[in-house]
Amino acid sequence: MNPVLLRTMAKLILPQLASSKKGNQDLQMEVFKWLNDQVLRMDWLAWLVGRLVEDGFGMDMAGRTGASVHFFIYDVIKIFILLAVLIFSISWVQSHFPPERTRRILGGMQGVSAKLAGALLGTITPFCSCSSIPIFIGFTSSGLPLGVTFAFLISSPLVDLASVILLASIFNWTIAIAYVLVGLVLAVIGGMLIGRAKMEAYVESFVMHNPVLDTPQEELSSRDRLQFSCAQVSDIFGRVWVYVLIGVGIGAAIHNWIPAEWTESLLGQNNWWSVPLATLIGVPMYADIFGTLPIAEALVDKGVGLGTALAFMMAVTALSLPSLIMLKKVVKAPLLALFFGIVTFGIVLIGYLFNAYADLFI
Amino acid sequence: MIIKILGPGCKKCSTLTENTEKALASLGLTAELIKVTDFAQIAAHGVMSTPALAIDDKVVSVGKVLTTAEVEKMLQS
Repeated sequence: MNPVLLRTMAKLILPQLASSKKGNQDLQMEVFKWLNDQVLRMDWLAWLVGRLVEDGFGMDMAGRTGASVHFFIYDVIKIFILLAVLIFSISWVQSHFPPERTRRILGGMQGVSAKLAGALLGTITPFCSCSSIPIFIGFTSSGLPLGVTFAFLISSPLVDLASVILLASIFNWTIAIAYVLVGLVLAVIGGMLIGRAKMEAYVESFVMHNPVLDTPQEELSSRDRLQFSCAQVSDIFGRVWVYVLIGVGIGAAIHNWIPAEWTESLLGQNNWWSVPLATLIGVPMYADIFGTLPIAEALVDKGVGLGTALAFMMAVTALSLPSLIMLKKVVKAPLLALFFGIVTFGIVLIGYLFNAYADLFI
Repeated sequence: MIIKILGPGCKKCSTLTENTEKALASLGLTAELIKVTDFAQIAAHGVMSTPALAIDDKVVSVGKVLTTAEVEKMLQS
């Protein structure tokens, strides 16, 4: 191993260990904190990039340009590393839950528990919104209630395991867990409302009458799963890296070039309109959570309320013009409007809630 | 024989198409190869995960990029 790297690591590890001789529990906390800071938040990377910017490029980290360059390089590398690791592990879990199996599981359930199961299964299904339409048709054809299918459709882009870990990395665990909980609640309540509204007549007729194919997917070996997971990593990576670069670029610009007074006067905590405005800006945008997080991170740093930033993030990931256009092919306007209305309203509500209780989280 | 590749046109779908063409060539078979990209038509086959492969309108594989060898086995059975 490179001696410089070793010395760096020792410098990072030793002080932490020295300060933690207060007892076993303290030690455990310290270890957890250290793992959290180094593995999840990658403080070592921030430090390394800092050296590169200061010594390598000869820039001042306290200056604007230096700080922007640091934010950009550090965030891009961090998100790329997390992305690769997370997609790999999630794909492994996913390979156990193909849509055919999800449909079987949901088919055997009823009521709120079915919606909750739909929302939960939504968290471990493919990231791409283009796969959600065939799934929607497949679920509806087999007679799953609309409420369950929509609970699944709402949670699928909004909450996934990768977003949880990334939120924990960029903000903290409390925020990450709270985000998942409100995301799931939104999906379940949205599903229940759509189920109550009896909108079956507003589903395009070709959706209803399709054969239910139950070709059992052949049992996958560990090698198959490994191949599948690697393929997913390269596939998703190839699709999202541009969004990550753009997202981090915007984040770096907000972080160091846009005066805090601007963002505060536009999206600050004191304006009642900041949450709906952030939601409205976010809805037509199409990006995934990996590209949106650095923007949310920079906004929060600039005094924008946590709820406002989260509302923006949820609006970008859960609702987008391309996915609405795709959904329009399978459902008629009233149902689409109801879906859109419920999700938008839910996001705004969650934004206000997070803003009101922000003290609990940061 | 009619072979359909079902999928919205992603990279995986074209890989499956290539593998199927190779399998046909190596077995010396001729078949009409149709790419089905329309969601409604994909769904009409009951397929939820793409890419999928159908031989003479019978879906034989879903959600997997089959290798050339795997397609050969399916064509022979």
